[in-house]
Amino acid sequence: MATITAHGKPAEVSGSRPLPPARRQSRRRRQLRNNLTGYAFLVGAVVCFAVFSWYPMVRGIIMSFQRTRRGETTWVGWDNYERIVNDPSFWTAWKNTFYFTALALILGYAVPFFVAILLNEFRHAKGYLRILVYLPVMLPPASALFLFKYYAYDPSDAGLFNAILKFFHLPTSEWMQSTTMTMPAMVIASTWMNMGAAVLIYLAALQNIPGELYEAAEIDGAGIWRRIWNVTIPQTKLILSLMAMLQIVATMQLFIEPLILANGAGTQDSATSVAYLIYQHGFFQNDLNGAAALGVIMLGVLAGFSFVYVRLTARQD
Amino acid sequence: MAADSGTRTLISSAQMRRGRGRYIYWTLLTVVVVVFTLVFLGPLYWMVTGALKSGQEIAQTPPTLWPEDPRLTNYTDAWQQLDLAKLLFNTFYYAFGALVFQLVLDTAAAYALSKLRPAFGNVILGLMLATLMIPAMVLIIPQYVTVIDLPILHVNLLDSPLALWLPAVANAFNIFLLKRFFDSIPEEIMSAAVMDGATPLRTLWSIILPMSRPILGVVSIFAVTAVWKDFLWPKLVMPSPETRTVSVGIYAFSGGTPMNVVVAAAVIAAIPTIVFFLIFQRSIMSGLTAGSLKG
Repeated sequence: MATITAHGKPAEVSGSRPLPPARRQSRRRRQLRNNLTGYAFLVGAVVCFAVFSWYPMVRGIIMSFQRTRRGETTWVGWDNYERIVNDPSFWTAWKNTFYFTALALILGYAVPFFVAILLNEFRHAKGYLRILVYLPVMLPPASALFLFKYYAYDPSDAGLFNAILKFFHLPTSEWMQSTTMTMPAMVIASTWMNMGAAVLIYLAALQNIPGELYEAAEIDGAGIWRRIWNVTIPQTKLILSLMAMLQIVATMQLFIEPLILANGAGTQDSATSVAYLIYQHGFFQNDLNGAAALGVIMLGVLAGFSFVYVRLTARQD
Repeated sequence: MAADSGTRTLISSAQMRRGRGRYIYWTLLTVVVVVFTLVFLGPLYWMVTGALKSGQEIAQTPPTLWPEDPRLTNYTDAWQQLDLAKLLFNTFYYAFGALVFQLVLDTAAAYALSKLRPAFGNVILGLMLATLMIPAMVLIIPQYVTVIDLPILHVNLLDSPLALWLPAVANAFNIFLLKRFFDSIPEEIMSAAVMDGATPLRTLWSIILPMSRPILGVVSIFAVTAVWKDFLWPKLVMPSPETRTVSVGIYAFSGGTPMNVVVAAAVIAAIPTIVFFLIFQRSIMSGLTAGSLKG
């Protein structure tokens, strides 16, 4: 007997109550009650969002223009920004972070896609290979990074990587103690830890490509590479560009890799990242306001990336 | 995911079964299986066996493939010196609490947004989804300041599990997944329940939740692994040795502890997640793609 409104909402349960005189009022009351019930279910999550997400967002911006000393908070204009930009590590941190993001895009973005293409072709051992690729994603990052730090990146020849290089008569490396290898070493560790998730997402996208497209391309005489270029990539374009964006945002927040692998700053600041600088200022230099300002700068840079991304993808479609 | 074996991919099955194609296919498959096993299982093997070696053996060149004199002392030392039992208990406790908080509050919120649809529900949903755009590192400072002095209440949540549980509830991705699943439950079922005089809570409990087991499983897995893997936030809000999580505890001890003992501790910290993964791998794999947009 319930009637369904245009919104598909069960609105009226008639029968028990005589309708005509108080009809409008009772409908309004029911609407109100429905709203209140809805809010009652929402309130817990909304309070958590408000206190731990929405409010800190605003608070971060406010904090970046204030300075708190001995419990007294004053407005200081752009002072915090000036101080943070003049930090000797500021530009190094940005350079390192961009370098990491770029390297991670080359390695950590292309590799999972081709691994997914490869895995999608196999008719055997599929489950096993998928579990293997995803296994490192489940490790606590701290555990995986201590493994890399102590056993893989050991600068002597006792380390796993140097032993392998030596076995093939290749030059060994000092890894984290060399200023040039620090970043590539962090990208390798980070890609190993994280690529499983991307591979599985690509695999799901690949499975949605209609087989007839490959069929048609093959009949037209397209080889394997042409089929990848003309069928696979266009068909997965949306997910590919979205993952690129997500990866840039994730890698720009590089933090735990330098902290554990390079004890934070690394040799001659070669590992300092923007996120690490935020942490440094906030919790070691007693400068929460400067750290907040750097956070706002980071937000601005990432918003810039997102803007470019939206413009680019909008043009493509 | 299981139905894909018959569908056509980049290279046709027929081509792979015949002559040269078959030869290449099997060679490539063997190579990939071996390489992937070395790349992804190799380091784990190295970690587990490395921690069985003595201090001298680990510094030996070239390194030994199998410990010459395997000993458990590193593991027992790690267990005792780092008080791993306590750290593991803490982490389990936080993960379990985060799971309960997220299941109760996020499910209720998603239910309200999907089925009860109060006024301005879409605005609230939009504001929640907007938080997905904000990188976690940007919020870390103001969030910390908020937690040490909660607005209005002026309570300090430092070292209280609530500092992990409540922010975990503000997870827009979970709400999005749950809402999308609830949206797919037919409206007729809801109206039938209303007609039978069921309260909204009763409908949620007896009708919606039993139908939503798969998505609840996915959200639970995400909730537990997120707590287990998280590092910086628990490091900041759980500073005292008694309340640390296992990752933070190992990091805190890593400075003055022999490296084999640290790695042994890292192995022990990883065991619960690996076991968890092997048990739930099917749901984890499907959950990952449940939230993904079809390309």
